[in-house]
Amino acid sequence: MSGRRAALAFWLFVGPFAAGLLAFTYVPIGWSAYLSFFDARNTVTPTEFVGLGNYADVLTDRAFLDSIGTFTVFAAFVIPTTVVLALALALLVNQVRVARAFFRSVFFLPFACSYVVASLVWKMSLFSGVDSGVANTALGWFGGQPQAWVGTVDPPLYWVVLVTARLWLQLGFYMILFIAALQRIPAHLYEAAWTDGASPRWQTFRHVTLPGLRGALVAVLTLNLINAYQAFDEFYNILGDSRGYPPFARPPLVYLYYTSLGSGGQDLGRGSAGAVVLALVIALATLLSGRVLRRAG
Amino acid sequence: MRPPGYHRTPAGRVGAVARWAALVVAAALFLLPFAVLVRDGLGTGWSTAAEVFSGEEIPFARSLLNSTVVAVLQTAGQLLLCSLAGYGLARVPYRHAPLVLRAIVATLMVPTAVTFVPSFVVVSSLGWLSDLRGLVVPGLFSALNVFLFRQYFLDFPVSLEEAGRLDGLSRWGVFRRVVVPNSTGFFAAIAVIDFIGSWNQFLWPLVIAQDSSTWTVQVALSSLLTAQNPKIALLFAAAAVSILPIVLVFALLQRYLVRGVTETGLTG
Repeated sequence: MSGRRAALAFWLFVGPFAAGLLAFTYVPIGWSAYLSFFDARNTVTPTEFVGLGNYADVLTDRAFLDSIGTFTVFAAFVIPTTVVLALALALLVNQVRVARAFFRSVFFLPFACSYVVASLVWKMSLFSGVDSGVANTALGWFGGQPQAWVGTVDPPLYWVVLVTARLWLQLGFYMILFIAALQRIPAHLYEAAWTDGASPRWQTFRHVTLPGLRGALVAVLTLNLINAYQAFDEFYNILGDSRGYPPFARPPLVYLYYTSLGSGGQDLGRGSAGAVVLALVIALATLLSGRVLRRAG
Repeated sequence: MRPPGYHRTPAGRVGAVARWAALVVAAALFLLPFAVLVRDGLGTGWSTAAEVFSGEEIPFARSLLNSTVVAVLQTAGQLLLCSLAGYGLARVPYRHAPLVLRAIVATLMVPTAVTFVPSFVVVSSLGWLSDLRGLVVPGLFSALNVFLFRQYFLDFPVSLEEAGRLDGLSRWGVFRRVVVPNSTGFFAAIAVIDFIGSWNQFLWPLVIAQDSSTWTVQVALSSLLTAQNPKIALLFAAAAVSILPIVLVFALLQRYLVRGVTETGLTG
C-alpha cells in the first residue's frame, strides 16, 4: 500500500473522530485559555485584554482556595475508605464459596444508579433530619439524639452524608477491579508460599496477594483521585436547595459552576482562568501520585 | 486463596462464618437504599407514579424521552466513531499514526469535567443551548473509548482479517464483515458502560438544557429535589421510575458491564 493510499484510508477511519475531538476538546481548551486573559463577563467574544488579571483574581479569591481545601478534606475521607473497603469486599466475595455471584451483583448494583437518585435517597430518607429518618432511627437504638445531618455544620455532619453516598455508589466499581486483579494472580504463587511455610492468612496476603495487586492499587487510587476532584452531582443535590447553595463545602466544580454560569452573572474569563488552574493542579497531582506509587511499589 | 483442606480446620471454620456474617451485613446495607426507594416510591401505590407523569410540577414524561434519545444516540455514535478511529489507529500503516494517537491520548490528562466551562462556551456560540445537539454531540468523542478499541483491535487475530482480504474484501469490508461481527462482546461491554454513563450524567445537561422542554430525567429529578417544599412521595416515585431502565440493563447485561468496567478501569 502506497503512502498516499494509507493516509487516505487512515483519515477515512480516524477523521470523523479526530474532527470532533478537535472541535469539542482542543478548540474549547484553546478558547478557554484565550478567554482567561480577557474581561469576559457575559460574553464569549471579549475585547478587553486584562493580562493575568483573571488569574490574580482567582488565586487571591478566598472561595477558590476554599474549594481546593474542600476537595482535600473530601479526598482525605473518601480515598482511604474506598481503597480499604473495596479491597475488603473483593477479598470476601472472592473467597466465599456459595452465592458468590449474588454478593458480587449486590455490591456492584449501585454503580448503575445515578448520583442524583442517590442524593435524593440520602437527603430525603436515610439522613433526613426528621426523627423517623433511617439514620436517626438507628441512632435512637443506641440512645443517641436525632441529628439534622445535612443542616448540621458544627460538627460538620454533612460530610457523613456526602461520603457515605459516594462510597455506596462507587465501592462496587473498585471491587470489580480488585476481583479482576485477584483472579490474575497465578495459583502457583500461593502454593509455593504455603510450601515455604507461609501462614495461610496474613503472610500469604502480605507476600503474595498484596504484591499481585500493585497495578490495581495504582489504578484505583488514581481513578479515585480524579473522580473526587470532579465531584459535583452529590454536593449540588444534597447541599443545594430552593434557597441556593450554602457558602461552604464548595468543591472545585461547584465553585466553577457558580462563578462562570451561576445566577451571580457569567464571568467566563474568571471561570476559564479557574479551569486552567484546576486542570494544571490535577495533572500535577496525578503525575506525582503515579510516580510516588510506582516508586513505593 | 487458601491451602487445600484449610476450611476444615478450626481457624478456617471460624473464618468462613465470620466472612459470611460480614457479607450478609454488607449486602443488607447495600440493598437498604433500594429498599427505601421502592418503599417510598412505589409503596404509595400506582396513583403517585401516575401523578408524576401527569403532574404539572415538571415535564417528567418528556424528560424520560429526552434521556432515552440522548443515551441511545450517544451510545450508538460513540460506538461508531470510536471503533472506526480505534481500528484505523491499530491497523492502517500510516506514517503519522503514532503522532495522532499521542494527540488523542494527551486529552485523557485533561479531566472532562474541568473542560465544562470551555465546552459550554463553544456549544453556546454554536447556538446549541437547550438543544438536543448540545446535549448529544460534545459527548460523542471519547478518547478513552478510542484507546480501548485500539488496544482491543491490536489483539484481534490478523489471520481472520487476511482471510477476508483473500476473499476480495476492502479494508472497510474487512472491518464491517469480519472484525465487527467477531467483536460483539467487546462492543456490548463498551455500549453498556456508555449507556449507563449517558443516562446518569448530570452536570452537562444541567448546564446545557436551560429550557425545561430539553431537561433530561436527572435534571428533572434534581429540580424536584431542590424545589421549595419537595413532595416526598412524588420525588421517590419519579426516582424509582428513573432507575428502572438502568436496573433492567444491569440485570440483563451484567456480564458485559463487568467486562467493560474491567477494561476501562485497568487499561486506562
